[in-house]
Amino acid sequence: MPKLTVDGVEVEVPAGSTVLQACEAAGAEVPRFCFHDRLSIAGNCRMCLVEMEKAPKPIASCAFPAGDGMVIHTKSEVARKAQKGTMEFLLINHPLDCPICDQGGECDLQDQAMGYGFHSSRYDENKRAVTDKHMGPLVKTIMTRCIHCTRCVRFSTEIAGVTDMGMLNRGEDAEITTYLEKAIDSELSANVIDLCPVGALTSKPYAFVARPWELKKTETVDVMDAVGSNIRVDARGSEVLRVLPRLHEDVNEEWISDKTRYACDGLKRQRLDRPYVRKDGKLQPASWPEAFAAVAGAMKGVSGGQMAAIAGDTVDAESMYALKRLMGALGSGNIDCRQDGAKIGGGPRAGYVFNTTIAGIERADALLLIGTNPRWEASLVNARIRKRWLQGPISIGMIGAPVDLTYDVEHLGAGPKTLAEVADGSHAFAKVLKDAKRPMLIVGMGALAREDGAAVLAAARKIADDTGMIVAASQDEEGNEVPGWNGFNVLHTAASRVAGLDMGFLPGEGGRDVAGIVAGAKSGDVKLVYLLGADEVDGDFGDAFVVYQGHHGDRGAHGADVILPGAAYTEKDGLYVNTEGRVQMGVSAAFPPGEAREDWKIVRALSEAVGKTLPFTTLDDVRAALRQDHPTFAAIDTIEAAEWGDFGKAGSMDGAPFAYPVDNFYMTDPISRASKTMAECTEAFVLPKRPGDGTGAAATGTDG
Amino acid sequence: MSTKPIAEAHQQPDSFAWTDDSKAKIATIVAKYPEGRQASAVIPLLDLAQRQHDNWIPLKAIDAIAETLDMPRIRVLEVATFYTMFNLAPVGKWFLQACTTTPCWLRGSDDVMRCIKDKLGLSKNFTSTADGQFTLLEVECLGVCANAPVVQVNDDVYEDLDYDLTAKLIDDLKAGNVPAVGSMAGRRGSMSKDGPTSLVSLKDSDGVPPWFAEKQASAGGDD
Repeated sequence: MPKLTVDGVEVEVPAGSTVLQACEAAGAEVPRFCFHDRLSIAGNCRMCLVEMEKAPKPIASCAFPAGDGMVIHTKSEVARKAQKGTMEFLLINHPLDCPICDQGGECDLQDQAMGYGFHSSRYDENKRAVTDKHMGPLVKTIMTRCIHCTRCVRFSTEIAGVTDMGMLNRGEDAEITTYLEKAIDSELSANVIDLCPVGALTSKPYAFVARPWELKKTETVDVMDAVGSNIRVDARGSEVLRVLPRLHEDVNEEWISDKTRYACDGLKRQRLDRPYVRKDGKLQPASWPEAFAAVAGAMKGVSGGQMAAIAGDTVDAESMYALKRLMGALGSGNIDCRQDGAKIGGGPRAGYVFNTTIAGIERADALLLIGTNPRWEASLVNARIRKRWLQGPISIGMIGAPVDLTYDVEHLGAGPKTLAEVADGSHAFAKVLKDAKRPMLIVGMGALAREDGAAVLAAARKIADDTGMIVAASQDEEGNEVPGWNGFNVLHTAASRVAGLDMGFLPGEGGRDVAGIVAGAKSGDVKLVYLLGADEVDGDFGDAFVVYQGHHGDRGAHGADVILPGAAYTEKDGLYVNTEGRVQMGVSAAFPPGEAREDWKIVRALSEAVGKTLPFTTLDDVRAALRQDHPTFAAIDTIEAAEWGDFGKAGSMDGAPFAYPVDNFYMTDPISRASKTMAECTEAFVLPKRPGDGTGAAATGTDG
Repeated sequence: MSTKPIAEAHQQPDSFAWTDDSKAKIATIVAKYPEGRQASAVIPLLDLAQRQHDNWIPLKAIDAIAETLDMPRIRVLEVATFYTMFNLAPVGKWFLQACTTTPCWLRGSDDVMRCIKDKLGLSKNFTSTADGQFTLLEVECLGVCANAPVVQVNDDVYEDLDYDLTAKLIDDLKAGNVPAVGSMAGRRGSMSKDGPTSLVSLKDSDGVPPWFAEKQASAGGDD
């Protein structure tokens, strides 16, 4: 624990800290460009120069280890002069085109030039110019602005795990580029835009759209996957212009996936902005009372058992809860929130959440992936696994089709046969798990959303039990708390799924699940189907009367008889529970378009129209009722260790290999399917890799 | 200095394979580095690839090196573009690297450059003569300042050049008579033009310094 003095303040920092960290601990601000907490230290921008007593010249504080007894000055004449000099050098080849630069207003170079620079430059030669590089549909480059901090190179190599970026040539000719100007093929690629301290890498879809000070910033959570990344939504008026990550150490650190960031342009297209009612076989615009009357009319003479409701993947908890209450009041037990037919839920909570927690991955020392491709299903979980893999030895086994996960994986097999071998201990990897101190497994929807899903779940639970993945919290001899360990994890792909399971949005006694509802609608046993943002259901609903409540004219709306326009995740306040079981609050950043309304309000208004008025009038009422029925929703952003118990159903598994649920990372829900940017990404990254003629026109067999 | 060109797609060969000779050398080179640190061998391997492939490195060779050393292609390309000694586009049979750094410039590198322009028509970096025999690159210090100005032709450095000697060098190369490496002015090493000026006494006493001879003599007297 070295003790040093920074600007007259004595601080003690952990061994291995750098001078820069010590300065921060002492409350001194040191300018920097290349240094970033989560990346390796490069020490090449020289902006963080500070004066160290007894040193012959200023030191680069980011790369200098803090030592006992050092005396550091960050604001002395020497330090200031060194910083000013560095800034003057950096600006020599920087174009100073701030008025036409998208980084303007949120640019590190701009800010630090104000704080630490000269008023003018003494350089009057020609500046250098660098040709712009192609980096794909997301990242726009203006390479003349680059100051060669190499943050982007280090991010893509270390965090994203793709070694496409690098710095070619040297000295005055140094240029950042991707290998032969190939697009950066990573789901996290756009984070380099946030990392770039200048305007060299900016957002292509957001180019020349707005200035940061024009935007209303709203802190909320993402629904593109079940990670629940913390995001900031920047909107102007009712238009969402961009999405940026927000720091949450336990969830997304400070990264977000490209889908989270760029699907927002889908919020402007294909929107349902007024109710529709099908008349003469065609959907006609209608007023809210007409739409409600049509639903009420269709419900007349239909018993509760003939009605069904399916909740979609991006729905907030409140509207699901309201719908569940309404269906209960109507006497229907045919409700389900598992559009993909996953065989989970109903049992103890530990049986369907990511018990280890995302941050907990960093403590694991063996990992088994079952039917999941985390890179596409939850990119930030994958980034966390990679982070763990970089920290030290960890054995990672995988059951499912081989995919590149950006870290070394031992591919054990393709399907349930291998899983059964690991479960009965005959497979070598079972021993690896057993020998590990903190083994964990992640079972994905690819393994659970199948006929034999319950048996797969039971096999996974058996592995967890047999290999010591479940350790209860205890006390050691001195009475200190020893935290428990739960290595059993379910990786969801739908943002609403855990909330739905928590509140029991599941078939009641004798009720039908999604497959049952589809079959019932076809046979005529189910006469009315209520789709709450459900767009991913396989199959059609025959002659049943379909009510679709949602925000996009996607699959669900196409076959609907009545369309009730709802709000997308950026347009409503709502609770979401991520795959860990972490309850997070979404906040509305804009208004829903046209006559669209917040979803719980629609359900509430409909309940009045059908004579089963729900007992709440405000969102707080809904939340209060929800928390009373299901106390887990009261604990915002905390994780309680879930009780372990019996779940799954042992049985025979069929031999078919696990198929991953995400066929195209960039298009998984109505918003991303409506997004132009996501379509461009699909064309650039997904279609060329598909088998067939290279245009992606060939069927892959996994298409819906 | 301008950015190093990378050969256009039509100049790139379809494939690159290590020769058996190279493979044997790779084994020796890679064995010098500790296990897991094979990437350290990237510079020797780039050199090897360049020697094997007409004095320039195609992208297929970058791929081959990346594969051999189990490192990302971009890391190999970074190294290859960092060092001026590696060529990424085809060069002529005679690759002239003319030094114009201060000592060479003071001793008349301008004349050397003028001669190259007059004789070969080359003045820009990485340009070649129409027959593809000569390629010019203006470089920074080659470390032979004592014999400035100098031009490096492929691996060898020709020293003490002036306009006429450069012309002679080029003519000789054209004719296929490769001149002796070193000073074109005919001096030995970097010795003064008029013969040795220091330690001359050594020469006079047949290699035995006078003080040593005296010491030996007096020691002999003691016996």
